[in-house]
Amino acid sequence: MNRWLPFEWIAAVRFLREGRLQTIFIIGGISIGVGVIVFMSAMLAGMEANFIRRVLTSQPQIQLLTPDQVARPLRNAAGVIEDAVVQRPSQRVISIDQWPKIRAQMLAMPEITAVSPTITGSALAIRGDASRAVTLTGIEPDTYFNIVKVPDYIVAGSARLTSEDIIIGTELAKNLGATVGDKLNLQAASSANRVLTISGLVDFGNKSANQRVAFIALRTGQSLLGMIGGVTTIDLTIKDIYAAETIARRIQAATAVEADSWIATNAQFFTAVQAQIYTNTLIRVFVGLSVAFGIAAVLIVSVIQRSKEIGILRAMGTSRGQILRVFLLQGGLLGFVGSLFGAAMGALALIYWHAVARQADGSEFFPLILERRLFIYTAVLATVTGLLAATAPALRAAKLDPVVAIRG
Amino acid sequence: MADAILKLEGVRKAYNVGLPTETEVLHGIDLELDHGEFLALIGPSGSGKSTLLNIVGLLDRPTSGRLLIKGRDTALLGDDELTHLRGHTIGFVFQHHLLISAFTARENIMMPMLADRGFPSAEIAARADHLLAEVGLEKFGDNLANNMSGGQQQRVAVARALAMNPDLVLADEPTGNLDTKSADAVFELMRRVNRESGTSFLLVTHNLDLARRCDRIIQVVDGRIAQH
Repeated sequence: MNRWLPFEWIAAVRFLREGRLQTIFIIGGISIGVGVIVFMSAMLAGMEANFIRRVLTSQPQIQLLTPDQVARPLRNAAGVIEDAVVQRPSQRVISIDQWPKIRAQMLAMPEITAVSPTITGSALAIRGDASRAVTLTGIEPDTYFNIVKVPDYIVAGSARLTSEDIIIGTELAKNLGATVGDKLNLQAASSANRVLTISGLVDFGNKSANQRVAFIALRTGQSLLGMIGGVTTIDLTIKDIYAAETIARRIQAATAVEADSWIATNAQFFTAVQAQIYTNTLIRVFVGLSVAFGIAAVLIVSVIQRSKEIGILRAMGTSRGQILRVFLLQGGLLGFVGSLFGAAMGALALIYWHAVARQADGSEFFPLILERRLFIYTAVLATVTGLLAATAPALRAAKLDPVVAIRG
Repeated sequence: MADAILKLEGVRKAYNVGLPTETEVLHGIDLELDHGEFLALIGPSGSGKSTLLNIVGLLDRPTSGRLLIKGRDTALLGDDELTHLRGHTIGFVFQHHLLISAFTARENIMMPMLADRGFPSAEIAARADHLLAEVGLEKFGDNLANNMSGGQQQRVAVARALAMNPDLVLADEPTGNLDTKSADAVFELMRRVNRESGTSFLLVTHNLDLARRCDRIIQVVDGRIAQH
């Protein structure tokens, strides 16, 4: 007997060891449960990270825009509305009023990690006989690339963006028959035009985006779109992407701009991500419950089987508290040992599935993310579940009347 | 009597108290047991011997009457105090050996000391080895309880009952399941311990031959002491 182990620990381990078959089966059950939780959690976390990376690195998480221009109802001299039917006015592209002040405000907010002013407008890209309508985005590369990871999507050339450069989508380049180093004539609606050099081609993995996207330097954009010193949007990234909508609402309330979060602009995608999180949580809860019931069932049977021995222990001076702890420990031990095997099983299954499962284009189905935190969290959760599941059997054991127990 | 380890005054025990099915099994028992006394409790099955033993062993409480162990009125003690008093004052030997099968003979003997002190120690192990030698089983210390004969198990049970150096050992038909030779060996063992260490014994038995070898015989019939 190890002299460092307390009486309760020694008794708990011996009882588990003696009921070997029972112990092996329940540890097997717990391992499968924990394995499923580890596998599902890691796989879904990987898939979620993948989706989020794809979506949120190609667009800002919050975008500040000029508010919609509205027409006011016509009133007479007495202030009475003469014509209540108000037609929605056409929306001119205008600059955000006092945008440097708003940018400074945004930079002061602790939950915001990057701020970048941009100017957006339409233009015609012309090369020889070919012309295509494009969405021009004038950016400050240093700040904008912290929000939209353009360099990550560059497939040819570089992410260089001087006042003479333009980065365009791969499909647009294909349609115009252009490639890196070629000149492109850009003509704005106001007839202003500018010839720029293609410095890079981007592929956002979306054909329609690749047909329209064109990045130029902010100042080039301002001059081409006839809005010197102005910006049409301020793009933001934040620490907690799921708080985007709340932060957007707060910004909108505090400033004179309209704030759109990625949650609102990608409602369908966000719903899918949320559904995935809920499903994962539900699976974990139900697997956890079935593990807990399994442990409780085995320990209840053990209490019944060992009632005589519990009676003897009580007769020999063992307190109710000690008996309670013997059975609680058994639950905790089952949960902990089961979680170790389960974590190993889950990790192996994950490695195998990661190697086997492939998307249609041959890329990985999900990134392999085996975080130490997940294993620690699962082991703690399984141990606590074991302890909780053992509560009812342990109380039953502690409350056993020794006279009845010994009589059997 | 100043020397009484155990004193019962008008002890009654009834089950289903207050219900139509109320049954009284002990009807006012008065009994004293001196330090170092070896007393036999005899009587037919169902006479209330085991109930009396459970009450004396603090496993059960009387419905009325007083039970004094070493002069302490047990009615005034809470559950934890009773457990402590039981662990330190009383040793049990049951009819069906009732060793804990998950443990070896030595560990079974260590069990009451472990429960009391919380952690194993060299002292506890030495005491268990000493008791194993006392009951003539020094070579069987590492045997699991289930791998021993009935007589051997009962000797281990006696050693376990003595582990905490109790003032009183309660033995409920300890030889009831043993052959004559083993029964005699177990009885002689208890008698020797009684003589050498002065431990009091209260022995419930159906075996009149063994009862006659005790210091005193008390007969219980229908929940009453019929004969001293």
